[in-house]
Amino acid sequence: MAEAEGLTVRLRQSTPIALDAELACAPGEVLALVGPSGSGKSTILRCIAGLHRAREGRIACGGALWSDSRAAVHLPPHRRAVGFVFQSYALFPHMTALGNVLAALGHVPGPEREARARNLLALVHLSGLEQRRPATLSGGQQQRVAMARALARDPKVLLLDEPFSAVDKVTRRKLYRELAELRQQLHTPMVLVTHDLDEAALLADRMCILHHGRTLQTAAPFDLMAHPASVAVARLIDLKNVFNGAIDEHRPESNLTLLRWGGRLLEMPLQPGFAPGQLVSWCIPTTHIILHRRDRPSRGERENPVPGEVSEFVTLGDNASVAIRVDGHVDDVLLMSVPVHVARRNAVAMGAKVTVSLLSEGIHLMPAAASEQDTA
Amino acid sequence: MDWTALVLSLELGAGTILVLLPIGILCGRALAWNRFHGKGFLEALLALPLVLPPTVLGYYLLIAFGGAAPIGRAFHDLFGGTLVFSFAGLLIASIIANLPFAIQPMQRGFEAIAPEVREAAACSGMSPLRVLWRVELPLAWPGIVSGLVLSFAHTLGEFGVVLMVGGSIPGETRTIAIAIYDRVQAFDNYAAGTMSAFLLALCLIALGITYMLSGRIGRRHG
Repeated sequence: MAEAEGLTVRLRQSTPIALDAELACAPGEVLALVGPSGSGKSTILRCIAGLHRAREGRIACGGALWSDSRAAVHLPPHRRAVGFVFQSYALFPHMTALGNVLAALGHVPGPEREARARNLLALVHLSGLEQRRPATLSGGQQQRVAMARALARDPKVLLLDEPFSAVDKVTRRKLYRELAELRQQLHTPMVLVTHDLDEAALLADRMCILHHGRTLQTAAPFDLMAHPASVAVARLIDLKNVFNGAIDEHRPESNLTLLRWGGRLLEMPLQPGFAPGQLVSWCIPTTHIILHRRDRPSRGERENPVPGEVSEFVTLGDNASVAIRVDGHVDDVLLMSVPVHVARRNAVAMGAKVTVSLLSEGIHLMPAAASEQDTA
Repeated sequence: MDWTALVLSLELGAGTILVLLPIGILCGRALAWNRFHGKGFLEALLALPLVLPPTVLGYYLLIAFGGAAPIGRAFHDLFGGTLVFSFAGLLIASIIANLPFAIQPMQRGFEAIAPEVREAAACSGMSPLRVLWRVELPLAWPGIVSGLVLSFAHTLGEFGVVLMVGGSIPGETRTIAIAIYDRVQAFDNYAAGTMSAFLLALCLIALGITYMLSGRIGRRHG
């Protein structure tokens, strides 16, 4: 279905920006392209719009072939039905808000254009501001005009290039809600470029992690955060607790795999995909590290208890970021976040001895980091 | 006041900017947005008339327009007349001498348009011609008008090139600048003074317009 109605993209080139990307976006789906600056996110978006031509690749959308290097097909941007919201919005400064939307309605019969443009501006909550020039609109209003203009074209795909980066936090939250509302009314694939992981997790159905122009992993946000495919992905989505270990043994009868980490053994649900003795990398989300209470035992305490010493304690608002140097491990530091009152009640402070449990269902195995470059 | 010379100057100015309008837009736009090998050299070549003594430019044009040169011969074969000492020759010389005055402000005008704005226009479904008409020209117009005003004013005041290529034939090549020189030679200071004051006022207005418009470039309707 994605091939017939949605967007499919395959791009490959080595210069000027290296690309090795493959992605698909179904109608009505929001796909977030996430990666650090220079990872090729915007270039991929520009390729889809026809503003950049990759050396090799194929782009099809809504059942139409937009570009195929083998067949020497490359439609120019004005012949691709794309709605593009630029990071700077790129509104036409000499036209009113209405004029900006009208400019993208060239495919609609003349008499219907104005009504359509007014409807679109109403859809993005800009009724009454039709005659205003972009320079007299706020950042959020400009973004809405850009969105209305992108929708005016009846796009087969909506491309959003960091559309929320230039507005303040309050406006951004409002625009998030509006986008979520809008997508319920649209049956269009949407590709959102962002470097903000929280934004991607909030808005996207699936996230695609990019690094040096390569699509490393595409998955639902929650799935991706819990199960990164590689150490590189784990680093890119800012997972803190990534370590090296080795598979000790599998115990199928008790549905367990034992992971050797330094001098200790950690229990986790059976992972037969990794052979005993195999070196692995593993990670655990901070939400799956439980601080043992000093006064009474709590749920999960018997699961993978790990003693250590607090090596860093930083208060950030109501929460404290705690780093724990694990006993017997020189380099391994566990990072977790606890509410300040919990930290206080349990006497967590610099140099304090604490014990934490690593909840076994949170431990996720990955192939061992091959090289420093992979983990960078 | 030599009205024939004034009318001739105005005709020359109008003809010059009429031809320079499309040339300036095409060249200015191409230079504003394209990076290519030898761009610096091309820009230097186009700016040459700004610094070259008009007599030097006039000398080369005189040689090129002569019956012995390919350009002069081609013109003779096509139209029957000569380029030297004729209005047609003067017009071509004026166009060449004014290239930098037209192209440079227009280039600045196009450079002031953000690349994403043009890309947004293409992504809005506009064909390249429509983007030019609806987005680029309306945004670059201060630069375009500046180029035209400067070229027109400069044509009116041009002396060296006109004298070298056209001489001073009344009604054919004697422009107002040449007429002032002739009047001074004939000790008719009153006529020379009137015409000079007229040119001064005209150039002042032209420069005023140019400065006003160049303030608009880059302000982008803020």
